[in-house]
Amino acid sequence: MAVELQDTKVDRTIDARGSYCPGPLMELIRAIRESRIGETIEVLSSDSGSKRDIPKWCEKAGQQFLGIIDETGFARLVVRKGR
Amino acid sequence: MAERLSMVVFSGTVDKLFPVAILASGAVAMEQDVNIFLTFWGLDAFRKGEPQKNMRMSKDFEDKGQAMMALMQQNNVPSWYQTLKTAKELGNGHVKVHACAMTMDLMGMTEDDLDPIVDDVVGVGEFVEEAQKGKVTLFI
Repeated sequence: MAVELQDTKVDRTIDARGSYCPGPLMELIRAIRESRIGETIEVLSSDSGSKRDIPKWCEKAGQQFLGIIDETGFARLVVRKGR
Repeated sequence: MAERLSMVVFSGTVDKLFPVAILASGAVAMEQDVNIFLTFWGLDAFRKGEPQKNMRMSKDFEDKGQAMMALMQQNNVPSWYQTLKTAKELGNGHVKVHACAMTMDLMGMTEDDLDPIVDDVVGVGEFVEEAQKGKVTLFI
């Protein structure tokens, strides 16, 4: 799973590191709106709330949450635009 | 957007305006309507020019207020006003900021005195009626 996620082609990266809750989530929402269905977006976040908020938001908003890749001091959260 | 978060914003100190903006953001993210009623000091904080210069903190946390402000500046936390503006923009018409008609009259304010983030001036009856459409109303 982690290997597959690492290999997923990312269409857009949002670097929200250093931004506090709800910053990374709001940046993702903006990016999703600007994207086309099927496109993949990754959010780089150092905010601890993102790991819970972003999957929850995806569920609510009908977006596809592909997973989390932990890096040192931040996480990559990968989302595919579903609708 | 079906669910709704309503907030009566009575306080005008930065430490209380922050949660207003952040809760509004959370509600927008979760596709809920946001219904904000500004009254008394909460409305005073939305006078034109006031959001940019307001540095007031709650009296009960006076001793920690300045250190908290410095910490937020140091970490580039966007202001409560910027956070609320972003929420309103992403909310795309689903975030309404209402000014309390009674406070407006009492303080001799007109719509020209208000920051453009405020949508309109309403009476308390209308706000309560709108708030009734949701499960959550907060007094801040």
